[in-house]
Amino acid sequence: MRYRHLLLANLFRRPTRTGLTVGTFAVALFLFGILAVVRGAFHQGIDVAGTDRLVIINKVSLIQPLPFAYRDRLLRIPGVAQATFATWFGGVYQDERNFFPQFAVDKEHYRDLFPEFLIPDDQWQAFLADREGCVVGVGLAQRFGWKLGDRIPIRGTIYPGVWEFNVRAIYRGGRTQDDTTQFWFHWDYLDERRPLDKGFVGWYTVRITNPDDAVRVARAIDDDFANSPFETKTDTEKAFAASFVKQMGNIEFLILSVGSVVFFTLLLVTGNTMAIAVRERVRELAVLKAVGFSDGLVLGLILGETVVVAAVGGGLGVGLAKLFTLRGDPTGGLLPFFYLPPQAMVVGVVLAVAVGLLAGVLPAVAAMRLRVVDALRRV
Amino acid sequence: MVRVDGDDNGGASLIRVRGLDKTYRRGSEVIHVLQGLNLDVDAGDFVAFMGPSGSGKTTLLNLLGGLDVPSAGSITVAGDEITHMSARKLTAWRARHVGFVFQMYNLIPVLSAAQNVELPLLLTNLSPASRRRHVEMVLTIVGLADRMRHYPRQLSGGQEQRVGIARALVSDPTFLLCDEPTGDLDRKSADEILDLLAQLVREHGKTVLMVTHDPRAAERADTVLHLDKGVLVEGAKAGRR
Repeated sequence: MRYRHLLLANLFRRPTRTGLTVGTFAVALFLFGILAVVRGAFHQGIDVAGTDRLVIINKVSLIQPLPFAYRDRLLRIPGVAQATFATWFGGVYQDERNFFPQFAVDKEHYRDLFPEFLIPDDQWQAFLADREGCVVGVGLAQRFGWKLGDRIPIRGTIYPGVWEFNVRAIYRGGRTQDDTTQFWFHWDYLDERRPLDKGFVGWYTVRITNPDDAVRVARAIDDDFANSPFETKTDTEKAFAASFVKQMGNIEFLILSVGSVVFFTLLLVTGNTMAIAVRERVRELAVLKAVGFSDGLVLGLILGETVVVAAVGGGLGVGLAKLFTLRGDPTGGLLPFFYLPPQAMVVGVVLAVAVGLLAGVLPAVAAMRLRVVDALRRV
Repeated sequence: MVRVDGDDNGGASLIRVRGLDKTYRRGSEVIHVLQGLNLDVDAGDFVAFMGPSGSGKTTLLNLLGGLDVPSAGSITVAGDEITHMSARKLTAWRARHVGFVFQMYNLIPVLSAAQNVELPLLLTNLSPASRRRHVEMVLTIVGLADRMRHYPRQLSGGQEQRVGIARALVSDPTFLLCDEPTGDLDRKSADEILDLLAQLVREHGKTVLMVTHDPRAAERADTVLHLDKGVLVEGAKAGRR
């Protein structure tokens, strides 16, 4: 590019100002990156939800249980291919800050329903053979330094007492965004030891034969259990995850609001900086035009400056956000999927460039419209 | 040969101005800066325009350089009638035909001498190597071959003006327009710049039109024209040739 040195020379004319503008973009895009990560963390359950899975909970609320006996009835409903269940345990490992989800699971079918969690067969068999065995995600194992054979004591909060488990298997996620911070153990073990709710499970998950049939099958399930002491509410896994996110408040709106304010501020700051930069160079721009630089070329040079600043600052910001996420979830388990996907990074840089272009438009148009004669007359 | 009588004389002039008017409006008042001005300048002429402040010297220069448009009349340069060109065409025409030398040099402070001189060549299709050769050549002509990498702040006023002249020369324009080229220089530097302009006319056949307040500068030109109340009057000729 033949105008490269002109563009760079102008950018480095006031290095502090350029550095601060690049820094403004970097900070804004860092924030954008973190917001994207938080949004992704909240939406992770929705994004990874299986299209052929339905979740059945008690119609009253998620914390109300459902009878174990429903499993066989579910399997008899047309369109249901497989069924499994789990129960929320809610224990504490060492300290309450060490949060991670613990599920008492149906050891016979749970793995079949969630094939995205990859477990070596020999480890799975070892889990099945040990009533006190547990399966932990690789993220969780790394977080606490657990390895196969370790004995993990967990203090129950819903179900009192200290429960001890043996790590028999470590699963990995088949996809980047799969949650690898879960802790599974035998539902039988829980049901045998707990004093209350014996013969009850937390929720069911069924696989349906045809995902296009989800609405009909969900209605059939709820109809089947209507007017029973434990009526059900059935949703697709995606809808279930979305309703879960909704309970936390309108995260989407919050993130969008914060992001919009940040980008609007960025637009004003950059626009003002570029306007000052153009005002300072009125004579030079006039000279360029006098020697034959066209209006369009002058416009392009000014816009080029803002785009370079925006792209460098934006790239730096999302790069830093990515580095930040590589350190893992800073919340101690509340956001297990703390990941900045490449698509979000690209969107961030594109947004930064768009803001740069927008911020540069007014000063660039002013430079383009500059009359040489008037500009040279100014002192 | 420079004429202001408007006679066609075979029509071979490099610059031909006929009935040039320039008026400005200030509120309801109409100010006539140039009135029915005629001018013929041949290739290789060195013309100085003198006159009191506000007499229209710079306005005339701006019109000849295609930086401004007249209210009436015509300007023809090397056969191109520029008064009716669109802004885009005029810009391209300026790049090809006009070299500007300003009183305040107007160099870009963040570019080196060579990069400043190279600016007009960025608009051409020359390769980087070819552009470099052209820049080296003109900087050698103006005596600054050893200051190519210096920035304007590292140069004296006279040297800055030499860079300005090199920038005006580098694209080999049809003529140079110099607006008070020595107005910001001490006597010694001014003389050096005037020597350089005279040398460009004498040795390189350039056509130079210069606005000046300085009678000593004007003496160096072949022809001195006085502008008074928007009208050109032929002055004394230096008789250089």
